[in-house]
Amino acid sequence: MPGVSPGSRVRVLLVDDHALLRAGVRAEIAGAVDVVGEAGTVAEAVALIAAERPEVVLLDVHMPDGGGLAVLRGVAAQEPPVRFLALSVSDAAEDVIALIRAGARGYVTKAISGPDLVAAIRRVADGDAVFSPRLAGFVLDAFKDGDDGPPPAPATAAPATDLDAGAVTDDQDIDRLTPREREVLRFIARGYMYKEVALRLGISAKTVETHVSAVLRKLQLSSRHELTRWANERQLLDE
Amino acid sequence: MSTPPPTAPPRPRLRRYTATGEVYGVCAGLGVRLGIDPALLRIAFVVAATTGGLGFLLYGLAVIFVPRAPGQPEVPPDRDWRKLLGLVLLATAGLTLLGRLGVWWGEAMTWPVLLAGTGLAVLYGPGSPASGGLRDRLRGGVREGLRGSRLDRLRGRRDDEDEVPGEGTGRALIGGLLVLAAGLAFLQATGRLAATGRALGGILVVLVVLALVLGPWVVRLLRTLTAERRERIRSQERAEMAAHLHDSVLQTLTLIQRRADDPATVSTLARKQERELRGWLTGERQDAPADTVAAALRTAAESIEDQFAVTIDLVTVGDRPLDDRLVAVIAAAREAMLNAARFAGDEPISVFLDVTPKDVEVFVRDRGPGFDLDTVPADRHGVRESIIGRMARHGGEATVQPGPGVGTEIALRMGCPA
Repeated sequence: MPGVSPGSRVRVLLVDDHALLRAGVRAEIAGAVDVVGEAGTVAEAVALIAAERPEVVLLDVHMPDGGGLAVLRGVAAQEPPVRFLALSVSDAAEDVIALIRAGARGYVTKAISGPDLVAAIRRVADGDAVFSPRLAGFVLDAFKDGDDGPPPAPATAAPATDLDAGAVTDDQDIDRLTPREREVLRFIARGYMYKEVALRLGISAKTVETHVSAVLRKLQLSSRHELTRWANERQLLDE
Repeated sequence: MSTPPPTAPPRPRLRRYTATGEVYGVCAGLGVRLGIDPALLRIAFVVAATTGGLGFLLYGLAVIFVPRAPGQPEVPPDRDWRKLLGLVLLATAGLTLLGRLGVWWGEAMTWPVLLAGTGLAVLYGPGSPASGGLRDRLRGGVREGLRGSRLDRLRGRRDDEDEVPGEGTGRALIGGLLVLAAGLAFLQATGRLAATGRALGGILVVLVVLALVLGPWVVRLLRTLTAERRERIRSQERAEMAAHLHDSVLQTLTLIQRRADDPATVSTLARKQERELRGWLTGERQDAPADTVAAALRTAAESIEDQFAVTIDLVTVGDRPLDDRLVAVIAAAREAMLNAARFAGDEPISVFLDVTPKDVEVFVRDRGPGFDLDTVPADRHGVRESIIGRMARHGGEATVQPGPGVGTEIALRMGCPA
């Protein structure tokens, strides 16, 4: 049952160890989404997710007992899927990347405005990825040294159409971004909204989302050493 | 050795040069005084010492009576093995001398004394574990462990400081064995080895039993001591953190409460505090001068945030050290951010820095009402001169264009020759 029918309110669970922050976020988004619960610890979060079956979990990166990563690991795959949106004040790239690799569909900073947060929640509920400028920067950094060589380009030399956002199938392609994906990420890092990126590149907003989702998938599947290193460091520290 | 200057200056007075000398700087000093290569003098001394003992006597007297040259360290800087060799030679010489003088207790003693001397020198010589080297290294290890960020430390990430420097242990072992050998040699020489052996056997058994009984307890005690020290270091960290929170954060909170009716001031204060706290927690950017592009841009963005009560969303990819051209890029970016801050209103300003091996790009985007470069009066220098002109002068380029829909985006690009 993918997607959320327009008009229905997204069911959201807040996970953050600071009650004050939960209250603040709740006040900001309660008018537009359905906040079904709040959890302050990893155990509480895992239990509540199982009980409430929210569509989107707003997940704090840093919490005692392992943080958002522990919640992601604690929740077994469910149907319909629970989607996670990481929300953090953390600037540490490795923390954020680790969470994305563990399955979160996006990352926004806690400084995000209420309406933007609601938009991000809806997008995640629809199965899309949410890249803040900062996350785009992290990803560009992480995939950096792959692109100094000759661009593996012929596919994107053609005029941009909605077709050029093909699914990631090839194993080698997982470790590098296509020029188009890089372009999209650079626009996001520059502070462009998806529809603004679409306007600039002359493609549809849906295509932008497809590109971003492809990047997210690469991020989760790639075995590039930077990513692996980050993930391993986190795991070692968490065990 | 350096040749003396041709216009023979008055010969320097005889002084010991411990810094350049091998043992106590006597030969080095003599070399300077006489204008001879000290190596020759050293050989002469060694020969004199080993043949008649005279060299030893003279050297000892020189060490005692010849003052150190000014600015020379009291003890020669670490030259462990050479100094050791010197000491061994001196010991040999001394023994030979004593033998010549008739104050002698028999050839049998030479080896034990030599061995013991060498062993003790290894054990207590400069840089050895017992002379503080181990302590220094341990302290170094702790300091190393403390080097992570404060957050790491508080989370206890650096618990595995290695505290068993192998070199120190090796030295102790060698020294100990030498001294032991000396003891055995002495016993053998005096013909009491067998008897002592039996007695020692008894003692050894007792010692082994004691070690078995007390060993675990001692090990546990040592572990506890280490743990306690770590805990002490961590609690010091906590105290420091508490002090910091008190000094800066609580005061800022007080200020914020007092100025609650002035949103601009409140957000400026909060932002400033957040930045400071963040920098402090991660242990980065503690008032270090910005010497890379990313750091310099961050500093510039922060000062504009404070000045204009705006939010600047800075994203950086890559980094490189500043040079003249990049300083110009930062200056232009600063102007661009200033410009954006004037027009941005409440919306955050997005700044993106992309550093690749080929070039450096900065994008400054605001979501304000936007402005048209052509309608800006010619006497306003901000954009035209400080941004576009500056970039052009340094071989880069700048473009100003309306953002998609709203706002303005200023793009700066500077090529970087490899």
